[in-house]
Amino acid sequence: MENKKYRVSFPHIGNYMYPIYNLLDKLIDKETAEIILAPKITTNTIDLGAKASPDFVCVPFKYNMGNFIEALENGANFLIQAGGGCRYGYYGEVQEQILRDMGYEFTYINLLDPEGLKPEKLFKRLKKLNKNLKFSRFVYAFLLTIKSIEILDDFETYMRDNYVYIDKKEEVNKLHLEFLEHLKNLSNLNELYKIKREYFKKLKSLKLNKNKPDVIRVGIVGELYTSMEPFSTFFLEKELANMNVAVKRYTTVTYLLFKKGKALKKLLKSSSKYITYALGADGTESVAHTLELIDKGYDGIIHIKPFGCTPEVNAMPILQKISNEYNIPIMYLTFDAQTSRTGLATRLEAFYDMLKMKKEQKENIKPLEVKNETEIKEKRYINDNNKKEYRLQN
Amino acid sequence: MNKLYIGIDIGSISTKGVVIDDDNNIIASKYLWTEGSPINATKKVIASLKETLDEKNIDKQIYGIGTTGSARNLIGSILNANIIKNEITAHAIGTLSVFPNVRTILEIGGQDSKLIILRNGVVIDYAMNTLCAAGTGAFLSSQAKRLGVEIEDLGKLAKLSKKPSKIAARCTVFAESDLVHKAQIGHTKEDLIAGICNSVVQNYLNNLAKGKRIEDTVVFQGGVSKNEGVVYAFEKALNKKVHVDQNSHLMGALGIAIISKNANKNGTRLDFDFNIQDVSFKTVGKECKGCSNNCEVVSIYKNDILIDKMGGRCDKGNYIKHIG
Repeated sequence: MENKKYRVSFPHIGNYMYPIYNLLDKLIDKETAEIILAPKITTNTIDLGAKASPDFVCVPFKYNMGNFIEALENGANFLIQAGGGCRYGYYGEVQEQILRDMGYEFTYINLLDPEGLKPEKLFKRLKKLNKNLKFSRFVYAFLLTIKSIEILDDFETYMRDNYVYIDKKEEVNKLHLEFLEHLKNLSNLNELYKIKREYFKKLKSLKLNKNKPDVIRVGIVGELYTSMEPFSTFFLEKELANMNVAVKRYTTVTYLLFKKGKALKKLLKSSSKYITYALGADGTESVAHTLELIDKGYDGIIHIKPFGCTPEVNAMPILQKISNEYNIPIMYLTFDAQTSRTGLATRLEAFYDMLKMKKEQKENIKPLEVKNETEIKEKRYINDNNKKEYRLQN
Repeated sequence: MNKLYIGIDIGSISTKGVVIDDDNNIIASKYLWTEGSPINATKKVIASLKETLDEKNIDKQIYGIGTTGSARNLIGSILNANIIKNEITAHAIGTLSVFPNVRTILEIGGQDSKLIILRNGVVIDYAMNTLCAAGTGAFLSSQAKRLGVEIEDLGKLAKLSKKPSKIAARCTVFAESDLVHKAQIGHTKEDLIAGICNSVVQNYLNNLAKGKRIEDTVVFQGGVSKNEGVVYAFEKALNKKVHVDQNSHLMGALGIAIISKNANKNGTRLDFDFNIQDVSFKTVGKECKGCSNNCEVVSIYKNDILIDKMGGRCDKGNYIKHIG
């Protein structure tokens, strides 16, 4: 087969490759361009990436580099990066330079601007890829992608919440994969909505065994890449789900792109007892969402970050304070390019045991009766006064 | 008739084994170096436990076997354990059986350190060192070697010091260069050793105990708790009494033995042969070629019969045929 002029590729994060693939598929000129998916992340990816990256840079940089190198090796010559938030926003330029120094030749564009998503600027950049691209076509493809990302996030959020309660794990996994494949090949919004209806119906028809004993509910807060790319945390969420844990996570692409901007003020208000100013990147979220998870009665919190993540390091002492005041365990996990999961397994197992024993004890004494939201809030303020062990009081 | 339970804690540096009865009394125990071979160390521990039981003329009726520590999965499958648990839970359970009122457990082992916070007999929080082994037994033993002192004598020598040297606590490499400088400008060996003990404690408190409430009763355990110098440094830094049980190095093994007792709810007797000294165990590590993750899958053979495989990220590697 003859090679097309533009061979487009982009780094992976979670399952977002499916809608992004669909977006590019709509934008490129099939005569002159094709999409080359970077191979799925494996230990080889991170090895290649770590070798080409500065040692002290955070691990998302290394994964991206691995993806780029593997894609370039497979023949890609047009790379797309999407950065923003923290220093991640500057990674694109550095990565481009390193790859050029390594001798690769390619065109490079960044989807996001430092101030966030700017569709009109993005359109100009995508023109590089397809001269004949119409603005209307771009807008439609763009909308379709936003919608499918939203629906994908809804789907996976439901899965995280309920995976432990579903007895037929194989079916839900199969359904998930089928659903993702559909997202890769969408032609219009109607088709998307049809797929949404069909798959949500199938998903929700799977019986939930809510009486399952020993289920622990854990919230995951922290940095975005480690939150959304399962490989970078040794499939933390999957491990937890297999250990009988229902997982809650707020950080999704939908949240980051479309809700985060508006939410900031509210988050600062709800966590005003602990923070006055934004902590940068997702630090504010880590604090505010931790408080929210405590309100919702979650048993424990896991805070994750890549090694050296400054915004999350900012959040940690505050989380520690919250942990002491509300008497809720928070486990802090730091990830880098290491590939042995033994240490993580030990910590997760111990965390689970601890939460389970705690829960059993709590149940033996007296369950915390919570009737409505205001009452939760009141409890929180009572708790502020006598700080600790309020959950253990009779 | 007495029911007995075995707990084995296979750490990176040392392997611990205990046999307990129904009332959690330690009937036999053994502590020795792992020396990089958990299987051999376990064989020796089991042989020694058997010897002790024989000497005491105790009927060897085993109703539970538990393994913990970093080699818990490997040894668990070799001994056919009825429970395999992480060391944090094991330590908490073990310590609670000796100190029911414990609220803080300080634990420093060969390569890791842990802080376990309990309230009303339940673990409510813990921390474990993450990225490096600074401030653990490995550091102490390498520094003891550098100073030409037996590790067992460190504690005694540290206690002789009147004015401990100041040694950087954050990083082992910095600590080591500090140590060399101080030695070269004439600090005495006792002061240097006391300085190292303080640095271990500082490292521990700065890394693990950051923001955590250390409340009485404080119990210190793990191999390093046998070092009086570190115990003294902890007491001074915390301004609290630090309890060290005579079996403080065995707490993990004791804990896992108790857990194995609780796990055997039916009370069925386990078919356990103490003569594993004569059984040959072989482990073969091979890279699974099922996907590009190339997981190293370890196969365990007992007398040349495959009994277990582990190490794969997915089930594929653990059952795959081509890794024999």
